[in-house]
Amino acid sequence: MKRWLRAAWARAVQTARLCCGVPDYDTYVRHLHEHHPERPVPSYAAFFRERQEARYKGTGGRCC
Amino acid sequence: MRSAAVPPSPAGKLLWIAIAVVGAWCLGVVALRRGEPINAIWLVAAAIAVFVIGYRFYGKFIEHRVLELDPTRATPAMRHPDGLDYVPTDKWVVFGHHFAAIAGAGPLVGPVLAAQMGYLPGTLWILFGVVFAGAVQDFMILALSLRRDGRSLGHMLREELGHVPGIIAMLGVLVLMMIVLAVLALVVVKALTHSPWGTFTVAATIPIALLMGVYLRWLRPGRILEVSIIGLVLLLASIWFGRHVAESATLAPLFDFDAKALAWLLIAYGFCASVLPVWLLLAPRDYLSTFLKIGTIGLLALAIFLAAPMLQMAAVTRFIDGTGPVFAGNLFPFLFITIACGAVSGWHSIIASGTTPKLLASEGEARMIGYGGMLMEAFVAIMALVAAASLHPGVYFAMNSPAALIGTTAEQAAQTISQWGFVVTPDQLTQTAKDIGEASVLSRAGGAPTLAVGMARLLHEIIPGGGMMAFWYHYAILFEALFILTTVDAGTRVGRFMIQEIAGLIHKPLQQTESWTGNLLATAICVGLWGYFLYQGAVDPLGGINTLWPLFGIANQMLAAIALMLATVVVVKLKRERYVWVPGVPAIWLIVCTLAAGYDKLVGPISFTAAAQKYAAAAAEGKLLAPAKDVAEMQRIVTNNYVDAGLTALFMLLVLTMVAFGLRTIVRAWRINHPTAHEEPYVPLDAVSGSAP
Repeated sequence: MKRWLRAAWARAVQTARLCCGVPDYDTYVRHLHEHHPERPVPSYAAFFRERQEARYKGTGGRCC
Repeated sequence: MRSAAVPPSPAGKLLWIAIAVVGAWCLGVVALRRGEPINAIWLVAAAIAVFVIGYRFYGKFIEHRVLELDPTRATPAMRHPDGLDYVPTDKWVVFGHHFAAIAGAGPLVGPVLAAQMGYLPGTLWILFGVVFAGAVQDFMILALSLRRDGRSLGHMLREELGHVPGIIAMLGVLVLMMIVLAVLALVVVKALTHSPWGTFTVAATIPIALLMGVYLRWLRPGRILEVSIIGLVLLLASIWFGRHVAESATLAPLFDFDAKALAWLLIAYGFCASVLPVWLLLAPRDYLSTFLKIGTIGLLALAIFLAAPMLQMAAVTRFIDGTGPVFAGNLFPFLFITIACGAVSGWHSIIASGTTPKLLASEGEARMIGYGGMLMEAFVAIMALVAAASLHPGVYFAMNSPAALIGTTAEQAAQTISQWGFVVTPDQLTQTAKDIGEASVLSRAGGAPTLAVGMARLLHEIIPGGGMMAFWYHYAILFEALFILTTVDAGTRVGRFMIQEIAGLIHKPLQQTESWTGNLLATAICVGLWGYFLYQGAVDPLGGINTLWPLFGIANQMLAAIALMLATVVVVKLKRERYVWVPGVPAIWLIVCTLAAGYDKLVGPISFTAAAQKYAAAAAEGKLLAPAKDVAEMQRIVTNNYVDAGLTALFMLLVLTMVAFGLRTIVRAWRINHPTAHEEPYVPLDAVSGSAP
């Protein structure tokens, strides 16, 4: 039960962050480790800033 | 992933028959019962049944037969995950993201305006429009983009129809965006005019957002949840404090503006917000509005289920003949462009070919996201319709009719509206204003205030408390204003980048988004474009919404027609001609609606041209027509109407050009006996290394 709740909470946080244009940080770190081990891993704060800038770079926008 | 090949079990069949019978029964009650008010639950239940059946049967039919989606085929996210944009993501997370991106003010405003014809026409168009047009568009464009590496609508149009039609369509998108921003900003202006309480709370969001921005940047980087909770508490506090502002003789005048002043304030604000660094104002506001939006939509659903209001509006009113005060024009075509978002929204084709296709882990999930997401949006539209139709019809018409028709006092308004057949007393109107803590409810067009009164009543019914109606009203206004302003900020930025790109073709250095000259110049142009239409709305004789909303509807449905045309072209190119009607029929329907509405707005009694001529003729005789106060204002109204007429003609020309290009491509593809669509080649899921969600 506790594990299930924790998983559900993680999903909710992931959804809420994605709605704000911030993808899952852990997934990104895992991706870097697996595919680009030579690249430095940014901190969550740096990752967040980069994504925040990228969200308003031009494509899409919001719906009416 | 379930497959169409598996026949349903007997129990499953029985369940679907039961849903169909219940749905048909509820729909029958909604459509056929006359003379006595019905409960909103009938309408909600009918909607749920129609959506569930549409999703299970028509959605599945499109998935398997028309699109031939294949869960063994690797999606863009699986083929080249990059951890940032292309990320295979859990389908519920994608669903939440997609819904948050498509849900906006549109589905809340359109149905409220359309309620002047009664609840039945709007309901039927939302239910069947979404199942056969809106959800089809969203789903098909999403699937098309999935098969094309997550490419954008513009890119796909260039590939499948040709370079020129692609560019023409994107020009249409830019103009559409300017109209969207103007009309949404006008909704806010209408809601805040002479409302110190509302204006104060909306103004308070600026310092709150700045505080959140600093917190997120320096104090606790990236802690969105924390900062959003802080923001929400401050927002609620500002609504509570707003009452004291409105009641204070010294503070109230500081936040009491007329429509013109508010329009200028919004223009100035839009300029600043899109020039400032995004982390400071735009992003924190965006977070707050996203969460508030989802939360409030949930709250509205809960309130409707618990309060189960009676629908006081008639099923069909006399205004289906086109003489309605809220917007002019007959049921056909104007119902179908007034309710754009909620039934079918062209704007979604941009979202469905934006971030979402890059997140799906399997093609088998596209129906839930694309088709299902749009059904959710339609449900929001149904709720907005319920909120409006459960108001006293007299109050509804008092709020949504222009002052030119109902006058400016409660007595005049009550008399005029009672003559229309919706008996209401001046007391009822002043009492409503008092309940919501405003000086007057007259001529607060634009949908937002009406919805806010409807919501406040519903919420007040489930959470009673002395004076709480006014709190809920201002909460609802704030919720709408907040996400409309976020759309305006973000849209201005997007528009600025688009303009800089075009300007870069003429003078290269202007393209640099980091350069202050290019930035300020392009932002000024962008703000100027939507600001022109916003200001025009603020000084419009019929209150603005009456004029600008049809223009917005025409533009939005035009984009939907283009997106559905693209889907039609691709179906033919894939040599699945027998299913060409699936996107083809709604495309034709929308083309017919846009052209018919465009024609009515171009020539004839309710056209922009007629309005311009009326004012020009009066000016020539030296007469002044309200609301113009001098000759210059008369002249401005004439010019504005000619500009609107020109824009309508441009939209019609655009649709016709796209139809010509579309037909040309369809004829060519029909003659070739092998598929010619530009899909990426098949890659089996097993062959890629994308990390599973």
